[in-house]
Amino acid sequence: MKQRVLVLYLSSSALDDRVVGWASYDGTGRTKPTTGDGDDPPYVTGVDALRDGWRLFQASQLIPPYPGHEYDTSFLKHEFFFEKLE
Amino acid sequence: MTTTSHLLSSVLMARFAAQGFLRLDAVVPDDLNSAAIEAMERGIPGVPHGIPLDVAFPAGSFARRLVDLPPVAGALRGLVGPDPAVDHLAVHVREPNEGSAQPLHGDAIIDTRRDTFDVQLMYYPHEVTPDMGGTLLVPGSHLRLTNESDTGRYQNLLGQVRLTCPAGTVLLLHHGIWHGGRRNDSDRRRYMFKIRFNPTAPQVRLWDTDDLDDPAVRAELSTTFPWYEYATGRLEVYNRIALWRTLTGDDTFDIEHWATRVHNRPGRTA
Repeated sequence: MKQRVLVLYLSSSALDDRVVGWASYDGTGRTKPTTGDGDDPPYVTGVDALRDGWRLFQASQLIPPYPGHEYDTSFLKHEFFFEKLE
Repeated sequence: MTTTSHLLSSVLMARFAAQGFLRLDAVVPDDLNSAAIEAMERGIPGVPHGIPLDVAFPAGSFARRLVDLPPVAGALRGLVGPDPAVDHLAVHVREPNEGSAQPLHGDAIIDTRRDTFDVQLMYYPHEVTPDMGGTLLVPGSHLRLTNESDTGRYQNLLGQVRLTCPAGTVLLLHHGIWHGGRRNDSDRRRYMFKIRFNPTAPQVRLWDTDDLDDPAVRAELSTTFPWYEYATGRLEVYNRIALWRTLTGDDTFDIEHWATRVHNRPGRTA
């Protein structure tokens, strides 16, 4: 059994919010996704991925900003990992 | 560097502050593009870090001719001032059918400077078609505090720019912008020549400020990008307000009262 992983970045912490970024990794070896290989997200929302059979296995925690760094921006906050096993 | 009348307008400067880059399409003439490709194929020696531009690029060299082109010189004048130092230069090559892309990254190391910035010039001497692995750019990512390729997990972001361009195109980038060389799926080599510039003087009102009060300036600075999370996108605008205050020397500038509101503490001085 091999794992395909889909990472979706959503516009808020809600799983039904819209996808703003994405990445995928294919343990089957059939495809070779890479940086900058497409402009269209695979799903409009995180829930759309669930409806297509992807299983959620990790979601970002909600972490308060560090004192003194409330206005800093860095990594995308709302990251969701999904898998399919084949 | 040649002084020109091609200074940036305030609207274009605001676009740079918001997007983190400007593009100058097909500003380099064909003869210089040909000379550049020949020079890149021969190999271009490096220069010591931080030397004056005039020393780094002797008169007559293709690099000097490139930075002296009026649109390029005018834009650089507005961004890094009249006498920038050359941090380094590099020839980047994406080989034909090479099979992989660079991870998304910011150059050098995490850079927390908020009141100054370096500029990276990227020059494409030949046409870049969609399958040639043109540079991936993420508009509005330049103020994010991340270190080099720690962003490598992000393969695609909504609204990203997968550069295609005519021959002779020049990009001018804020040092912090997320970018990467895409996979070249064509049978042609793709060249890009990069120069990083360090300012040597305060970057305050170095451009043509006649249009500083044009409503289009505020519109540029208010732009959000499709990949922004809703809440964090507001912080991006907040940080742009701070950058624009620095660039203009106007510490009252604001958008939607966001900076003024969160600093309003009546009766308190610290």
